[in-house]
Amino acid sequence: MNGIHDLGGMTCFGPILREENEPVFHAPWERRVFAMTMLTMGVVDTLDAFRHAIERMDPVHYLTSTYYEHWLAALETLLLEHGLVTAEELATGTVRTPVTSPRSPLPPEAMVAIVRRGVPANRPADQRTPRFRPGDQVIARNLHPIGHTRLPRYVRGKRGVIARVHGTFVYPDTNAHGGGEQPQPVYSVCFMARELWGPSAAERDRLYIDLWEDYLQEA
Amino acid sequence: MNSEHGHGHHRAGPDPRTESHLTPEQTQALEARVQALEAVLVAKGFVSPATLDALASLYEHDIGPMNGAKVVARAWVDPAYKQRLLTDATAAIAELGFGGLQGEHMVVVENTPTVHNVVVCTLCSCYPWPVLGLPPTWYKSAAYRSRVVIDPRGVLREFGLELPESVEVRVWDSSAELRYMVLPERPAGTEGMSEAELAALVTRDAMIGVAKVCVKSDRA
Repeated sequence: MNGIHDLGGMTCFGPILREENEPVFHAPWERRVFAMTMLTMGVVDTLDAFRHAIERMDPVHYLTSTYYEHWLAALETLLLEHGLVTAEELATGTVRTPVTSPRSPLPPEAMVAIVRRGVPANRPADQRTPRFRPGDQVIARNLHPIGHTRLPRYVRGKRGVIARVHGTFVYPDTNAHGGGEQPQPVYSVCFMARELWGPSAAERDRLYIDLWEDYLQEA
Repeated sequence: MNSEHGHGHHRAGPDPRTESHLTPEQTQALEARVQALEAVLVAKGFVSPATLDALASLYEHDIGPMNGAKVVARAWVDPAYKQRLLTDATAAIAELGFGGLQGEHMVVVENTPTVHNVVVCTLCSCYPWPVLGLPPTWYKSAAYRSRVVIDPRGVLREFGLELPESVEVRVWDSSAELRYMVLPERPAGTEGMSEAELAALVTRDAMIGVAKVCVKSDRA
């Protein structure tokens, strides 16, 4: 969707404010939101659905709330949409409906093992043979899906070159919407800065972005 | 609200550019909301408080830019390791015992006298957690995510890094599940240093690509 999260290329947000000796979490609630989100990821819904739940925030709220408030809003949204909690339960902290978790809560050792092992998003290469090879000229397709996508507006319709074939990965545009993983090749695509931003960009500068095959067409 | 940045308008909510500057009332409201959510998730069997603590604690103590700094220092002293790192970063980083969530598919890009790399995620805030930990607020800010792709040299200048025209700037927008780390240039005057001494010089910002590594480092 053409949402407020798709920020690349805007220049209206002022200076980048940095915080010296920034703590990992600024308050106990951030720490809990981080951990609750990670611990329920894949149980409540997919990472792609979680990202899309952030993207669906009201744009004014998105811009005026902090990062972990985005996570909190998305987690609450998905829990509510899947009927796993009620608005009353979230308001009161008191449970009225039976236990609904599809699996028992992970013990600490199991969660630490997942952190160390990771949750790979690539899939066997035989799922789909890559159409493009390094050096191929491509155009990022001019698509404006109403759902989740990882094709930012600033590359749509622009001409680039395949720099690298990364392998076969879960397709976020379907996986965010219960449409399955539908794995397909992902490429590193190189765009000249002037192709994206016009003559004011430095001549030799470039931008690399990772794009799924369905985002691309032959140039 | 901090108004010394010359924008002249007031925001009704917290300023997302300065995460720690929530008002006490805003923090209190969020604490209550999060406590309620946790109570519900615990009661329904989704999470246990001990696991929540163990998970957050990992990112507070064990997983952070000190890991990435060790990778960089190894690459500086061991050319064969550096080659492996640039060819298959995930495997090379695993050699030092690092990997896992948000670092399952790593790419390391090398800064040289003629190429400077800088990393962003314009759509959310993807970041290589196993080597750099959780991202700083500025990396997640609208200001950084929006502007570093269109005006990387201006952004780098704000970080105190002025690059000559002759240097090619490469911006990496981590829009898929690949995660990027910059291998900074080894600074001059470090020839006699041990690997551990070198690692102590490497900053988080240098591994994102918004700074260079200096011999006398004064910033995290």
